[in-house]
Amino acid sequence: MSTHAITVTLNGEERTGEVEARLLLVHFIRDHLRATGTHIGCDTTSCGACTIMLDGLPVKSCTLFAVQANGCAIKTVEGLATNGEVHPIQEGFMECHGLQCGFCTPGMMLAALGLLERNPNPTAEEIRWGISGNLCRCTGYQNIVKSVQYAAAKMAAGGK
Amino acid sequence: MIPGSFEYHTPSSISDAVALLQQYGEEAKILSGGHSLVPMMKLRIAEPEHIVDINGIAGLDYIKEEGGVLKIGALVRESDLEHSDLIASKFPIIADAAKLIADPLVRNRATVAGNLAHGDPANDHPAVMLALGAEVVLTGGSGERVVPISEFFVDLLETALKPDEILTEVRIPMPPANSGGAYFKIERRVGDFAIIAVAAQVTLDASGNCASAGIGLTNSGPTPIKVTAAEAYLAGKALDDATLSEAGNLAEAASDPTSDTRAPAEYKKAMVKQMTIRALRRAAERAKGGN
Ligand SMILES: Cc1cc2nc3c(=O)[nH]c(=O)nc-3n(C[C@H](O)[C@H](O)[C@H](O)COP(=O)(O)OP(=O)(O)OC[C@H]3O[C@@H](n4cnc5c(N)ncnc54)[C@H](O)[C@@H]3O)c2cc1C
Ligand code: FES
Ligand code: FES
Repeated sequence: MSTHAITVTLNGEERTGEVEARLLLVHFIRDHLRATGTHIGCDTTSCGACTIMLDGLPVKSCTLFAVQANGCAIKTVEGLATNGEVHPIQEGFMECHGLQCGFCTPGMMLAALGLLERNPNPTAEEIRWGISGNLCRCTGYQNIVKSVQYAAAKMAAGGK
Repeated sequence: MIPGSFEYHTPSSISDAVALLQQYGEEAKILSGGHSLVPMMKLRIAEPEHIVDINGIAGLDYIKEEGGVLKIGALVRESDLEHSDLIASKFPIIADAAKLIADPLVRNRATVAGNLAHGDPANDHPAVMLALGAEVVLTGGSGERVVPISEFFVDLLETALKPDEILTEVRIPMPPANSGGAYFKIERRVGDFAIIAVAAQVTLDASGNCASAGIGLTNSGPTPIKVTAAEAYLAGKALDDATLSEAGNLAEAASDPTSDTRAPAEYKKAMVKQMTIRALRRAAERAKGGN
């Protein structure tokens, strides 16, 4: 069994850990780095509750080993707000009632951010495809689509 | 779910990776996108003792045209295909398939090479590559060999890859003028594996008849299927409804699906016929310059 010293940049801050090779990235983030905003839903790569940004791309952290993230930049829901100001995506979810229980929300927001970074002005259809790896048991998605549209408009207007 | 323990290796060159594979043989597995392998390890269906992570090998993420051949490196992700202008303009069949594989998050990791190397007939790229007449470059201890994709899939989850070999490149002949392709997939819901799917690529001659056709089937048997009977039948024919329908019959006859939780075998066979007709029709439209 091999253990590895790894370093990641979590939301701009350098963090290190000593991990077994088989440790999943989501467990490293939650249990070792104690950033528990990233959730575990299905544990089978289906639901997207564990979505994080790895070097700028949204991925499912339940399907990566922590060692694979060595040297990478990770953004989680905790890193969305800056200087106490919520990110336009967070504001969109608040304003448009994009969540109910909130379990899917951290992953949903990071998947949405990944979409908007590639396509700043998506159609409702493109938003639905963009979040198709993220399941929500509560909202019926309608308000999530509106939240992402809100964020897109705000970001286009220079809100970040 | 926690995978079994393993030793983790991060070679920085193909030769270092091959050396590790030679050293550990059947105990070792390549990790590329990890989106087939890691789920299998979490379920303990796979318990490799050595993981050879090739993600740190530089220069394997190219999509380029060279000498009339499209070359796709081992670390090209599905999302790279989705956002490539070269793929969009010359290979709509690949663009169709890439968009329907899993979801955008999985596609940011999953590789084309891994999709083929896994040898799963439910994966979408095998049928596409069969339709396109692709070749794969396998690099191992005794050097490089180039294998036609039609000889690559041996059995369920079994390919022509030897334990010390890495699939380093996919090569696809650039389609001649008046070519088009399409991929039609039936799935229960977005992001799922196919119930069945059909890939079709056609090239038309000056009179608008079919000069050549390639047809591949997804999830229609223990391995991905190349429908050679329909390909031969279509050569030289006008692609009218009767001809497309007969090609559909030949594809249905070549398919050998089993009933499972997705659908009964009879339904799958009937859909192989219908999707073959539709994929060929769309391919022909695109060959004439449509979308
Ligand atoms: C939720 C979910 C839904 C999915 N839906 C679909 C779908 O609809 N359609 C579809 O086609 N796929 C689907 N997939 C599978 C996904 O596309 C896989 O990632 C892909 O099949 C394997 O590619 P990978 O790069 O992740 O390979 P890995 O998981 O890293 O490897 C798979 C196997 O191939 C071997 N291997 C990998 N790369 C190489 C190489 N270069 N040379 C030699 N051997 C290699 C590995 O050792 C392993 O045995 C889905 C996956 C998930 C998790
Ligand atoms: S917990 Fe990772 S996709 Fe559901
Ligand atoms: S808000 Fe409850 S799962 Fe999405």
